[in-house]
Amino acid sequence: MTTTILRVSDLKTSFNVKRSGRKYRVNAVDGVSLSLVAGEVLGIVGESGCGKTTVGRSIVRLVQPDSGAIEFKDTDVLSARGQTLREMRLNLRMVFQDPYASLNPRRSIGDSVAEAGDINKVFTSRAERAARIAETLTAVGLEPSFATRYPHELSGGQRQRAGIARAILPAPAVIIADEPVSALDVSVQAQVLNLMMDLREQLGLSMLFISHDIGVIGQISDRVAVMYMGRVVEMSGARSILDRAAHPYTRALMAAVPRPDPSQRIAGAIETGEPPSQFNRPAGCAYAARCPLVSERCRAEVPQLRPIGADDKVVACHNL
Amino acid sequence: MLSVRDLTVSIGSDAAPVDIVSGVSFDIGKGEILGLVGESGCGKSMTSLAVMGLLPQPGPRIRGGRIELVGADVTTLQPWQRVEAGHGRIAMIFQEPMTSLNPVRRIGDQIAEAVRVHDGLSGAAAWTRARELLEQVRIPDAALQLSAYPHQLSGGQRQRIMIAIALACRPQVLIADEPTTALDVTIQIQILGLLRDLCNRLDMSILFITHDMGVIAQLADRVAVMYGGRIVETADVATLFGEPRHHYTRGLMDCMPVRNLGARRLPTIAGQAPRPGTIRTGCVFAPRCVAAQDVCRTATPPRLALGEGHEALCAFPLDAGRPS
Repeated sequence: MTTTILRVSDLKTSFNVKRSGRKYRVNAVDGVSLSLVAGEVLGIVGESGCGKTTVGRSIVRLVQPDSGAIEFKDTDVLSARGQTLREMRLNLRMVFQDPYASLNPRRSIGDSVAEAGDINKVFTSRAERAARIAETLTAVGLEPSFATRYPHELSGGQRQRAGIARAILPAPAVIIADEPVSALDVSVQAQVLNLMMDLREQLGLSMLFISHDIGVIGQISDRVAVMYMGRVVEMSGARSILDRAAHPYTRALMAAVPRPDPSQRIAGAIETGEPPSQFNRPAGCAYAARCPLVSERCRAEVPQLRPIGADDKVVACHNL
Repeated sequence: MLSVRDLTVSIGSDAAPVDIVSGVSFDIGKGEILGLVGESGCGKSMTSLAVMGLLPQPGPRIRGGRIELVGADVTTLQPWQRVEAGHGRIAMIFQEPMTSLNPVRRIGDQIAEAVRVHDGLSGAAAWTRARELLEQVRIPDAALQLSAYPHQLSGGQRQRIMIAIALACRPQVLIADEPTTALDVTIQIQILGLLRDLCNRLDMSILFITHDMGVIAQLADRVAVMYGGRIVETADVATLFGEPRHHYTRGLMDCMPVRNLGARRLPTIAGQAPRPGTIRTGCVFAPRCVAAQDVCRTATPPRLALGEGHEALCAFPLDAGRPS
């Protein structure tokens, strides 16, 4: 039985940006559709400015989308107000990249972890509150005594564990993790990734896992969506993205991952260009200027996602 | 070209110094790329700043050891004294090019400034040389871009500008401290390709500092792995990745997600890196090491010679011939 727990349809989010005295409207997310099945991890991978973070923040309404629809279970996320929105946010929890910036330095770890419960008055007594904090800290591999400590007393890995504890305390259905291990050293990154995989199994969490790191995404995700310039260009099972990348951008991205194997070096100078300016988007496919398969049609018409081959793979490319 | 012997960099008072780099030695040959790899706080950046003569003042200082640049002892010389004495030419690029570039000056002026200092050229001649340097780092439309300001360029292009400025002194040694860490992978691979190409064409030596074993495997000829202020293993790149002998090197490689795709759990290194000065006896890695014995906590580990140019700072190294 697979039930879709979160459905995003044709999401568009844009921002006003001022540069050199001129105002621009930047379409950070430009028509993204995704669905998250209960219990699965959907990875969103892409490079800076591709809109992956804005997708995550739109879903929890940290930014207001221009158009599109977001449904969590049977609730319309975009029209939720007041109590409905607060309750929904107990179920859709975020984990951020920089746990130092996302934990209030003047509040104890315990207070930060319990904050969502406090706001929604879910604890019936002080004792219950303390017990829930201790239980949650234990679940993320921290001693319960960390509840009385402050963020500056913790290492980066411990802070990110506290960030995860804060997310899981209200027993959410969905975690939206935005680059949760990117600020950590590799040896600590592996510990935190293992923790997230364990919690996912123990708590039956569904996860939207956003990262620029193909290795991390490939490790934790069941399915992967690849984003470029505000759009999903390819989506399929994680193995299929890693082994059988179809879209020319996905292939370039895979080829650029520095493999930890000196016998697989990329030889010589590589000049594959840079993404176009956000302020001056080309018509047609945003990847056209860098694409080896480019044709006339690519410069005129935006390619739509369509099924290609097996693996439930969808790709937005005219030339495959 | 560059030879560092027993370099020790310390903070704190002279009476109770805390070593943040201790007894680091390495050599870089002509046209060679040495990768210095380690996690945050391992002392890799302090090593590079000491070599450049750019340790922040007041603060860390060189307490022992010797730095030789193209045969001349430059250990105690300030950067301007090195330039005046003509002791070899060395340049450095950093992680975030935007903090190194002046935001209110045109790219061309900033490159020409370096050209004026090092070549004594002025006016149009300096501007022409600046354009050549931009072409060398493969900035498209170099002549046009000379009049751009840093904010008009992308992160990858800014890093190319920094490389152009570094090349103005025709360096024999280039120190690159995490130059691609702030860049996207498709841009990173282009900068790595550029550095390799410059190294070959200009016969320049590079000390490349990074936390990323993947980047090391792609670029370095030889590798030094740093942990807790010490170099714990050195080898040529094929040997290091094929037959790592230090448990930390092996652990670093094993926990990379790209080497474990599909595995349900990642191998980890337990615990976290020590703060400088907290481990005073024995091996710095002992508290996290799976193979640590009692002696590791009490006695300084030996520096074992394990083959040509292959050394590990370990009393109980991994078996040779056990592929990672």
